[in-house]
Amino acid sequence: MTTSALLREKMEEGWNRPPVISPDGEGELLEVAMGPHHPSTHGVFRMDVALDGERVIRLKPVFGYLHRNHEKIAEGVSYLASMPYTDRLDYICSLTNNWAYALAVEKLVGQEVPERAEYLRVILGELTRVQNHASSIGFLIQEMGASGTPLMYAFKEREKILDLFEGLTGSRMMCNYMRFGGCRVDASPAWLDAVRKVVDELPGFADEFERLLCSNEILMARCQGVGILRPELAVNAGVTGPMLRASGVNYDIRKVDGYGIYNRFNFRVPLGDHWDVFDRFMVRLLEMRESIAILNQALKEVPGGPVMDPKAKIRGFRPKPGEAYGRIEAPKGELGFYLISDGGPNPYRYRVRPPSLINLTVLEDMCLGSNVADIVLIFGSVDIVLGEVDR
Amino acid sequence: MKTVEEIKSAIEVSVPGAAVEIALSPSPSGQHSLRLTPSHAVEIARFMRDDEELALDFLSNVTGVDWPDKEITEKVKVTRTVTKAVDGMEQQVEETTEEPRKRIEPGCLEVVYHLYSIEKKHGPVVIRMRTVNRTDQVELPSLTSIWRSAEFQEREIFDLYGIVFKGHPDLRRLLMWEGFKDHPMRRDYVEPDDFEYEPTPHDAVLARAAAHKATQESASQEGTGAGQ
Repeated sequence: MTTSALLREKMEEGWNRPPVISPDGEGELLEVAMGPHHPSTHGVFRMDVALDGERVIRLKPVFGYLHRNHEKIAEGVSYLASMPYTDRLDYICSLTNNWAYALAVEKLVGQEVPERAEYLRVILGELTRVQNHASSIGFLIQEMGASGTPLMYAFKEREKILDLFEGLTGSRMMCNYMRFGGCRVDASPAWLDAVRKVVDELPGFADEFERLLCSNEILMARCQGVGILRPELAVNAGVTGPMLRASGVNYDIRKVDGYGIYNRFNFRVPLGDHWDVFDRFMVRLLEMRESIAILNQALKEVPGGPVMDPKAKIRGFRPKPGEAYGRIEAPKGELGFYLISDGGPNPYRYRVRPPSLINLTVLEDMCLGSNVADIVLIFGSVDIVLGEVDR
Repeated sequence: MKTVEEIKSAIEVSVPGAAVEIALSPSPSGQHSLRLTPSHAVEIARFMRDDEELALDFLSNVTGVDWPDKEITEKVKVTRTVTKAVDGMEQQVEETTEEPRKRIEPGCLEVVYHLYSIEKKHGPVVIRMRTVNRTDQVELPSLTSIWRSAEFQEREIFDLYGIVFKGHPDLRRLLMWEGFKDHPMRRDYVEPDDFEYEPTPHDAVLARAAAHKATQESASQEGTGAGQ
């Protein structure tokens, strides 16, 4: 049966179905498909929602609209050839995707990274976090109905950071910058000065955004007490990143694993204590401030030297048989890569652990009992990118 | 943190009847794993989550791996009695030769779980399970009842690898559409070249193109004939 015929049959089945009665037996449940083209979904994603009046009775996420079997493609090409493709997973934060993949391969072959490259990775990773969190807060306000302006404030700042990425890597979003055992090109002193200049302006931007978040009564009324996620459930459901910390669980992979050189920097881990949508955004805002602190420390002490391990093998890269799982604290949560090598030039198994997909496990639990309009906010507070959800 | 050997003995003490095998990874990452018997997997998983020392409360990553049937060519020594002419006389002589023989090592599907502890901040502990074969006995117990984070990931493995998780609350395809046959992440999956083919006005165009091509071919054949 062709897809269209199958689809037609499904649709007819839907039309002929008897109405669903609500649990109290009084009314009829309304089944709504939010998506795949709902503007709040930031891409193509569907939520099949059953409503009793305004109240959400059931919510089933439907995935796969952007599925291109990234993992299968990566198994057919060499290790390095997947590097540019990781940019396309979470296309807002391509540099942290590069980093996670490079880290997993470095674990697989036991490779060292030079000091200077580690510093550059931290600087780029934290800049990525700042711009991701800024745009995610901007999107929240956009979804609440403040169309355009607040989002553009966030994008103004993001654009400065993207200009820095372009200056170093040649591309605003598809950076393809990290390599196994270092980074692709060295940063010039002028570029580092430009970063210092941008970072100096970031606290002012964070202050402005904090005033915007904490002084608007409508925003607070809509966000506080909505979409509560209990810490026990968050841990059990594998929720990671700002979502987990907003539920009051102190777990930051930068602190726990101390990958790269993160154990050299002083920074705090912000935690939420109301476990709601507002906390999730406050945690993101506070994380931006901590990222700025890390950036200031890192920019002070960037050492000289090569950015690529001179012993790194680029051509004929064949890791010995074995497996490795490497993970980092990406802006959206724990981004991991699991690799199995059979000694060949291609990975035998290449798996992406997508934080966006796994954080959605609890979407239904957070939305049950709330209003339809709150779905948009709760969903926005998860902060996903569909390129990573569907892979 | 405990080593894999210590975890193995702790499991075998606490879960009676459980057999755990250590699968070593020769990679410098040193992430060795524990292979569980599917029949005791849920009990072992519950023990690993609730044990005070292990406290593996966070299931980070679940993934499938396909190990297809392997054809192994071995050299086997074969002794045969052969009739041979020795010094002009036909005699029965025993002769040993090496012959290549092909043997098929049956494949399986494997599922790998990466566990961490948020409480104790250690990990990863890697556990894995194997199905009996790749065709009809592809059932494994679901660990969603122990860790909710397996819910979507096990659905994805069911979708892309075809492992059936017993006890999963909502085992449907995750990424491919309902009604899709096959499992695209398997190593022997062949991508169909005609999927999503739909009859559209193209057909009329294609028919006209074919007719045109036929006339062209006959014309060129006549052309070459005249040239000779």
